[in-house]
Amino acid sequence: MASLLLLAAGEARATLRVVATTPEYGSLAATIGLDRVSVTTLARPTEDPHFVDAKPSHIVTLNRADILIEGGADLEIGWLAPLVEGARNPRIQPGAPGRIRASEGIELLDVPATLDRSQGDLHGAGNPHFMMDPANAAIVARHLADAFCRNDADGCPAYKASLARFEAALEEKMKEWTAKLAPFRGTRVVTYHNTWRYFAARFGLVTGTFLEPKPGIPPSPPHLASVIGEMQRDPIRVILVEPYQSRKTAEMVAGHTNARIVDVCQFPGGLGKGDADYISLIDTVVGAVAAALAGP
Amino acid sequence: MNPGIRVDSRHRWRGRRRAARAFAGGLAISLCLLGSVGPALAEGTERSADEDANPEELKRRVEELERLVAEQQEALRKLEAQSTSPPPAVPPPMTLVSSASGKNYLNLSLDALVAGGASTEPDVPTLKPGGHDPAQRGFTVQNIETVLDGAVDPYFRGQANIILFITSDGETRVELEEAFATTSSLPHNLQVKAGQYFTEFGRLNPMHPHTWDFVDQPLANGRMFGPDGLRSAGARISWLVPTPFYSEAYLSVQNGHGETLTSFGSVAGETVFGRPIEDRPVRSLDDLLYAPRYAASFDLTGSQTMLVGASAAYGPNGAGQEGHTRIHGVDAFWKWKPPRANRGFPFVKVQGEWMTRSYHASATPALSADTFDDHGAYGQVMWGFRPMWTAGVRYDTVGGDAGDDPLDPAHERRNRASANLTWFPTEYSKIRLQVDLDERTVSSDARSVWLQLEFLLGAHAAHKL
Repeated sequence: MASLLLLAAGEARATLRVVATTPEYGSLAATIGLDRVSVTTLARPTEDPHFVDAKPSHIVTLNRADILIEGGADLEIGWLAPLVEGARNPRIQPGAPGRIRASEGIELLDVPATLDRSQGDLHGAGNPHFMMDPANAAIVARHLADAFCRNDADGCPAYKASLARFEAALEEKMKEWTAKLAPFRGTRVVTYHNTWRYFAARFGLVTGTFLEPKPGIPPSPPHLASVIGEMQRDPIRVILVEPYQSRKTAEMVAGHTNARIVDVCQFPGGLGKGDADYISLIDTVVGAVAAALAGP
Repeated sequence: MNPGIRVDSRHRWRGRRRAARAFAGGLAISLCLLGSVGPALAEGTERSADEDANPEELKRRVEELERLVAEQQEALRKLEAQSTSPPPAVPPPMTLVSSASGKNYLNLSLDALVAGGASTEPDVPTLKPGGHDPAQRGFTVQNIETVLDGAVDPYFRGQANIILFITSDGETRVELEEAFATTSSLPHNLQVKAGQYFTEFGRLNPMHPHTWDFVDQPLANGRMFGPDGLRSAGARISWLVPTPFYSEAYLSVQNGHGETLTSFGSVAGETVFGRPIEDRPVRSLDDLLYAPRYAASFDLTGSQTMLVGASAAYGPNGAGQEGHTRIHGVDAFWKWKPPRANRGFPFVKVQGEWMTRSYHASATPALSADTFDDHGAYGQVMWGFRPMWTAGVRYDTVGGDAGDDPLDPAHERRNRASANLTWFPTEYSKIRLQVDLDERTVSSDARSVWLQLEFLLGAHAAHKL
């Protein structure tokens, strides 16, 4: 009986309960942790990460977590703090070994010089969509492996090994992605929100025209008219839209400009196919963007 | 790469490799140029005397130089094409003001609620018992709320809500609505809160006015808990029950007398159920307010969440020295939000509370003992029908024993139907139009219309479901 209990306790310890605020971190955690971790993601991949409901069930999930991974660049500001407070779990309090801020050590772009909400819903820390640059995903994967090692020393060799595999796979893929998008270097794309800043910077595309007039401000007819004008003057062929954004708005703009709409997502699982994990998501997005830019 | 920013070794390695490649390229070019131009110049100075004598040689050297430069340019172009580096990003401008999260010791925000409107009832406060409801025809500054919150140390979080509002007479009042610390890492799933705080009774009582779905509080809350809601100084312990679903048990112990405890000790000299209120300061544990609550939540599907709760509040009242009050309540909340919600829309929220009060007035030299029972309930549906727009309906009812003064409007039987339409330009502001139809038994029926504006400055608010 005692040995059974010990065994049970041993098994319970062997599995790290990892909670990720958004699915891209969940995917990386599963890739690095394999069968030594159980991963739960709070936000759904089709959901606007800024407007997630602070459901009481999330409190239960966080109460039992060994590790909490958050972006940490204000994206979860409207819902994470009351959940962590309700969870009363010392392992995931800010500063605890189980709390991972993915944005730590990443150079964020678009850091506003002044915080002024007349300019839209600016994030003081900078643009929080840094995971769309695969080089940043490699940094975060390393954070995760370090944190898993801190919390489960026995599993450290396994985490290091899967990190090495992930890095190798990513490096291989990075060449492929770079080559795929190389012909479109300097090409402008329209996005709904400033989500694709890091992706564009990595692969040489140019963002800067958004369907939103200002970050977090819904599209208005005068703004859309100016976007249409801009797209006609300097032909922009592609509009990137995420699952929770208004596709109807994008379709209207596309209708006036003959642009193509590309369904993209920041989160593995958000597109519903070919995006089971982080690498396949980027693969799908790169493929779709390249195909749309190549035209008929 | 900014110095001082911790960079992962892999990132650094990539950067280094890039830098190394660029450096190697640059070095090669410089060496080649030096190797060819240098000697040419050197030779030029040495042989300045006889250079005119050999124009053929000079021409050959210039041609050689031109060829070399062309070669280097080609090599440079190839290097650039090979490089995977993104086009140089514009360096981020210096951050003058830090982010709301994690860069300050406390979050600071100011939320303002102002309303304007008209009613067939000239004495609006009889219509709207809430202390932060519209209080008169014309304009009302309902609630200007300053919130300070943050981590105190590794053991506590602290929060204070300081309210300013302006009475119908134009007088500015300050109210310390809440000021409490909450533990952040007690063992065994426990959490203690201590200070001045809203009692966790039902769903609406602990909510601040700017999170309400209507411009005013439900009649039931006004009747049971008075204009300011049930709040007092005290301490609360809560236990997150280790069930597979969310389940939490609370017990709050607070002072039982004062302006914010209408159903309990209240304030000496006032009248409740027609009974004069005597002073009931805390003399023993029996003079405190005890408020247990249990709440549970279930995710019915990925898109539907249900939250149910049962609350009670037991304490002394000021109707004689032996008077006591029991309030019981149940509340339910259901929300639907589809998986592809745009900015949190569309959604449907259904919410209802029912509460019942038993007010035992003890015998005084002038009056015999009596028990007054009354109740109140409301139900509401909010529909976020398109991004940034909601429509809502609410039905309120309060009734039961009126007490020793059957004409007291504070205890009359009444019903109210309300409907509203709200536009949220952003998360930080809203404009709400509401109409109310009031049906009352002692006072006259009334119709009202209100337009409310909210604006929020400062730290981004975070809310529970």
